Amino acid sequence: MKEKSRHLQELESESIYILRETIAQFEKPVLLYSIGKDSSVLLHLAKKAFYPAPIPLPLLHIDTAWKFRDMILFRDDIVKRYGAQLFVHINEDGRKANVNPNTCDSAYYTQVMKTEGLRQALEHHKFDAAIGGARRDEEKSRAKERVFSHRTADHSWDPKNQRPEIWRLYNGHLAVSETMRIFPLSNWTELDVWQYIGAEEIPVVPLYFASERPVVVRGGTMIMVDDDRLQLSSAEVPELRRVRFRSLGCYPLTCAVESNAASISDIIEELKLTRLSERQGRVIDRDQISSMEKKKEEGYF
Amino acid sequence: MSEERSNIDVQARGAVSAKELQDSGSTSIPMLRFLTCGSVDAGKSTLIGRLLHDCQSISDDTLSLIERDSHTWDTTGEAIDFALLVDGLQAEREQGITIDVAYSYFSTPARKFIVADTPGHEQYTRNMVTGASNCDLAVILVDARKGTLVQTRRHTCVVQLLGIKHIVLAVNKMDAVGYAEDVFDNIDSEYRAFATRLGFGQIQSIPVSALRGDNLTTRSARMPWFKGPTLLNHLETVEILIAAKTNAMRLPIQWVCRPNSDFRGFSGTIVGGSISRGDPIVSLPSSSRSSIARIFVGDEERQSASAGDAVMVTLANEIDVGRGDLFCSPVDRAETADQFSANLVWMSSQALLKGRPYLLRCGTQSVIAQISDIKYKLNVNSLEHVAAREVTCNEIAVCNFTVAKPIAFDSYAESRETGGFILIDRATNETVGAGMIQFALRRSHNIHWQTINVSRDQRADLKGQKACCLWFTGLSGSGKSTIANLIEKRLHSLGRHTYILDGDNVRHGLNRDLGFTDADRVENVRRVAEVARLMVEAGLITIVSFISPFKAERQFARERFGSDDFLEIFVDTPIELCEIRDPKGLYKKARAGQIAHFTGISSPYEPPENAELHLKSGTDSTDVIVEQIMAALKVRGVLFTV
Ligand SMILES: Nc1nc2c(ncn2[C@@H]2O[C@H](COP(=O)(O)OP(=O)(O)O)[C@@H](O)[C@H]2O)c(=O)[nH]1
Repeated sequence: MKEKSRHLQELESESIYILRETIAQFEKPVLLYSIGKDSSVLLHLAKKAFYPAPIPLPLLHIDTAWKFRDMILFRDDIVKRYGAQLFVHINEDGRKANVNPNTCDSAYYTQVMKTEGLRQALEHHKFDAAIGGARRDEEKSRAKERVFSHRTADHSWDPKNQRPEIWRLYNGHLAVSETMRIFPLSNWTELDVWQYIGAEEIPVVPLYFASERPVVVRGGTMIMVDDDRLQLSSAEVPELRRVRFRSLGCYPLTCAVESNAASISDIIEELKLTRLSERQGRVIDRDQISSMEKKKEEGYF
Repeated sequence: MSEERSNIDVQARGAVSAKELQDSGSTSIPMLRFLTCGSVDAGKSTLIGRLLHDCQSISDDTLSLIERDSHTWDTTGEAIDFALLVDGLQAEREQGITIDVAYSYFSTPARKFIVADTPGHEQYTRNMVTGASNCDLAVILVDARKGTLVQTRRHTCVVQLLGIKHIVLAVNKMDAVGYAEDVFDNIDSEYRAFATRLGFGQIQSIPVSALRGDNLTTRSARMPWFKGPTLLNHLETVEILIAAKTNAMRLPIQWVCRPNSDFRGFSGTIVGGSISRGDPIVSLPSSSRSSIARIFVGDEERQSASAGDAVMVTLANEIDVGRGDLFCSPVDRAETADQFSANLVWMSSQALLKGRPYLLRCGTQSVIAQISDIKYKLNVNSLEHVAAREVTCNEIAVCNFTVAKPIAFDSYAESRETGGFILIDRATNETVGAGMIQFALRRSHNIHWQTINVSRDQRADLKGQKACCLWFTGLSGSGKSTIANLIEKRLHSLGRHTYILDGDNVRHGLNRDLGFTDADRVENVRRVAEVARLMVEAGLITIVSFISPFKAERQFARERFGSDDFLEIFVDTPIELCEIRDPKGLYKKARAGQIAHFTGISSPYEPPENAELHLKSGTDSTDVIVEQIMAALKVRGVLFTV
């Protein structure tokens, strides 16, 4: 293991403190595990926070049936490695109604499969706190998100009426059926995440590293052809390109970027030079101004 | 600014190890958290946006979105409005002001920066306090054309209150005053005169133009007369005085780890000093002693750990420790007291009420607290003292606090971590106040409980009964007093020893000094709860008949008693019916506007949610109701010989 820089040590301590506050203040917390790099870091931090006890809370993955195959393989392997308990939830109503990212509007698809899926799972298991890997640097409306972010009984977020968060005194008090979303990585940036993954040798999904992959170009973005879930028009012929993913979501909504970064240090170098943001590869954000803020008011993570 | 400079350079940072820095006694910190504050339109958001842009923390796709937004919201008329980078929420963009605290991140090879952008209006003082609470430096902006304003002074006062030691005065919009040296000099000396009075030593003034980028990241050719550093240069190099008594060991316990019967670990983040294996510790407030056996940081076992480390420790011998306890070095331990004086910033639209019980969180401790005295309010523009009976949103006051059991703390001046606290409203769960402890009150050391040998149960046994409190709550005219009377008569005829505390009667004597404002109602109920408790201690079945409109005070009353000794009895009569009954003619007067603060009409009644008894006095007859209460008393064993 490499020596961590001091600012990474400071970020690590802060996140561990937040994870411990969560365990201490809530009755039934859960860690939302989305398989991406931020989730990998969270899981690693959870192991440290409670060591030598095993991770004392379950993981929850909101599946959409549209994750890359590599992600699911990675998930099942990692959960075993950490000895954690995993719940997987799919919005069955949505699946029966064939809500999918190919033919549905991306905003509608996200609403049904992710936002509603998450609500269902939280209600079903009666979780009172859900830990997520969101960072404030990801997007403008996230910049104002609290570390302990309150959600009303119908899971909505009221950005104008947030609890003040002073010093490190996180207020986890809830009324009946309210919930809390908790973001231990609030103060991390994308670069911090990769540097930490490098220093701590944390396993991540191989799709983050550049490799030859079959892609088609749609609306100016590259979409990887993972399998026959992606419907191709007759004009679309997959071609092999050297690509990687900066952020991993549902596959037709997450675009690949051309890259030669095949290792963590390559990725760090690439990030230092890039002029494009992490979420540029996400279709859902660009729908409209403040789209993320709208989604969050409705209960998107 | 060059490309290499803008991003974290791992090698550069890795070259200086944490150990070397500690050994050299340097206060160079790897991550600087600072806030920006200033009057509306001083150019804060533009300044941060520009700083982020120049340090290349803004990606091209975000920039093109911003360019598009610049047109949508039509703010500057310029190509890019940098303020849009940080004014994230839609409501804010529409109104063109920063309401909440927004955090931004950027880094240079020297440091990583976390910027809290806070709003300027007086009605957002609470947001500024929130932003400042985790910062070590404040950038205060003034508009060169306007000079220091009342708001500038307020921001400086708040920064001082929060214990921030470093100030940068950024004199912005220098382009609009022809980059004139004398304009800058005048503002600088005026501000210095004010800030030095507040005790600031470290003030760095810098003339800048956020719009054009002068003296932000590159030295301005248009102000050759200015010999000081650029803003970024100063932020990268300023040596930070940490606002903490760093050498006294403090470890607040967050969570106890018991994976199996052999391991009992206490986890928390060290907030002061350091620990090594074998060090003696004292756990407060209990004062139990032990010593450190093992130290884990993450999954590594260590010999020692220091401030900032999230640790898990085990102790040499078993003592009773839980969340909320504070491990200290036995030679330099924190105070423990149940009364103290503190600065309080109020953050709720509901005014602070003297005597109302709030939940207080200090470190990892939680305890019920009341404000026993509002000593004075601070005028945030001048720091003058103003006499006050209540404290409203965004106001700052110095208050005396009483907590239900002793807590361990340091003064805020010595440590933010062990001297800062929040208050939580128990009905809404909102965070309603932020406090900074000044000192323990002597009284708390000198008043002790006199131990009395005859117990409550012994007194009650002699009377052949079990003492308890029947607390009737409901609107005026709901039938509380009638029912209370019938119950007392019934109990009396069964040979029980009882007493009725009636709202009206008590107001003639003990509470004659109290009116009907929210603050007085709180105190009214507090006193009666205490009297009722003494009567229960005396072995009596005590009947309280009080409107007691607020949940918080009823809960306070409940907590004066053991869980079996208190019955909350909600006399639930529709207000329409109470108004028809109007036995004392009060509703008529209230409707005519002759009585202010009348419950149900001009003052709220918060109905109980978990009362032991819920009586429908509108539909059931009093006989039925009395039987219901008697049955409840039997079930609880109050009438054990019947
Ligand atoms: N001339 C001039 N105008 C500026 C400068 N900085 C900001 N402004 C303008 O002042 C106005 C308020 O700026 P903004 O950053 O939104 O202020 P905030 O309310 O403090 O965040 C905007 O119209 C800016 O374009 C500057 O250095 N020079």
